Amino acid sequence: MATGHEHTVKAFDRDIGHLRALISQMGGLAEQAISDAMLALSRNDPALAKEVRAKDKAIDAIEAEVEKLAVRVIALRAPMADDLREVVAALKIAAVIERIGDYAKNIAKRVGPIHGETHDPRIEPLSILPAMAQLASDMVHDVLDAFSARDAQAAIEICQRDNALDDYYNSIFRVLVTYMVENPKTISQVAHLLFVAKNLERIGDHATNVAEMVYFAATGQTLAERETSEFAG
Amino acid sequence: MTQAQASPPVPKLSARGVNVFYGQKQAIKDVSIDIAMEHVTAFIGPSGCGKSTFLRTMNRMNDTVASARVTGDIRLDGEDIYSPAMDVVQLRARVGMVFQKPNPFPKSIYENVAYGPRIHGLATSKGEMDGIVERSLTRAGLWNEVKDRLTDSGTALSGGQQQRLCIARAIAVDPEVILMDEPCSALDPIATAKIEELIHELRGRYAIAIVTHNMQQAARVSQRTAFFHLGTLVEYGRTSDIFTNPRQERTKDYITGRYG
Repeated sequence: MATGHEHTVKAFDRDIGHLRALISQMGGLAEQAISDAMLALSRNDPALAKEVRAKDKAIDAIEAEVEKLAVRVIALRAPMADDLREVVAALKIAAVIERIGDYAKNIAKRVGPIHGETHDPRIEPLSILPAMAQLASDMVHDVLDAFSARDAQAAIEICQRDNALDDYYNSIFRVLVTYMVENPKTISQVAHLLFVAKNLERIGDHATNVAEMVYFAATGQTLAERETSEFAG
Repeated sequence: MTQAQASPPVPKLSARGVNVFYGQKQAIKDVSIDIAMEHVTAFIGPSGCGKSTFLRTMNRMNDTVASARVTGDIRLDGEDIYSPAMDVVQLRARVGMVFQKPNPFPKSIYENVAYGPRIHGLATSKGEMDGIVERSLTRAGLWNEVKDRLTDSGTALSGGQQQRLCIARAIAVDPEVILMDEPCSALDPIATAKIEELIHELRGRYAIAIVTHNMQQAARVSQRTAFFHLGTLVEYGRTSDIFTNPRQERTKDYITGRYG
């Protein structure tokens, strides 16, 4: 959708470029947080888990910076049309990525409780979570690529992938509940695992929200409008 | 198709296939547009795009330019305004105009407003004329500022007051359409805001068309926006659509500051 033409006022292009760079940077940190949190979980690495929690502050700081810059661009540049949609999308996307970072941090917090103080035998269902985490993390990665490329089509595809993640969550839920029934001693640990799975599922929902914003920024239509107009026409 | 959908339901002024030539040069190419009552329609576009020229076709101001030639069809309530039967003086009473630079007559404030109603014979007594002057100045948001000095010269007012005086003068003859050609470009932000508020209040009684270089102003005051470029009407639609999601690449480049 972007024309690729530069603004007559070059500083405007620099501001928009800076905003996009901040979003990419935030997204990269959030992805890293998800994979590090999962790594800490599967390796039982409390030091790495602690690092994930500490690094979340960097994501929060960038969100604040995005907010400031977006407000400044609106005040000083009075963006219109696709520029305006992009600034508004950046503002909303930053808030969503911050939430994704919080979910990763929350997973990291559960590393201790899941593995316990004692050296319990490794909890077997743990092995199925990394694949789910990969799906969620890929959605986050791809949706930020779609934002960079202003790619509405990619955004639609990411929304569709959320169903697979939901299915994954439902099956993990059943597996974990069954496991708890069979191994009542592990209930408190596995309950934490359930939360980890739920967090990953929520990360997918947030990535879907971002995809909807990317679609709106690129086309000026909401995805819901697109669907109804497709049915109508 | 989108233009037809965006067009207001009952057109007050309706232009079809309008061309304007200045000598050999064609300034307006095949423009069709409807202007509705109770709507403010903004004409935007880069300098020289023809927006002012087109505005001026709507009350035959181009008649005063010797080299100008207008073809096509412009109707006010279905009546061809270029037909030989049309009385131009009468037309300009029905389609009033406000210009870029405030241009009050070098007469008293009272006379500035009373002049039009007098030549059109709209008042039969001094009392009636006083009523028209007060009502017009009130509607133009100027009455409270000038009621105690109606005999002062109109040119002694500030720029913003002069422009509101010109608007009062335009509405004194009870027009149906008001054309404004960059009415705020010579005014400071406060005076501009007053004119914009006035446009907002006047909207309910008239069809208003405004040419502006200030896109924020177009966005603030209008319900419909028409984008002109190189003499053609590129896009016409709801102002909110034009400024958030224009359909045409050229419109988008212009309003986002990428033109040229």
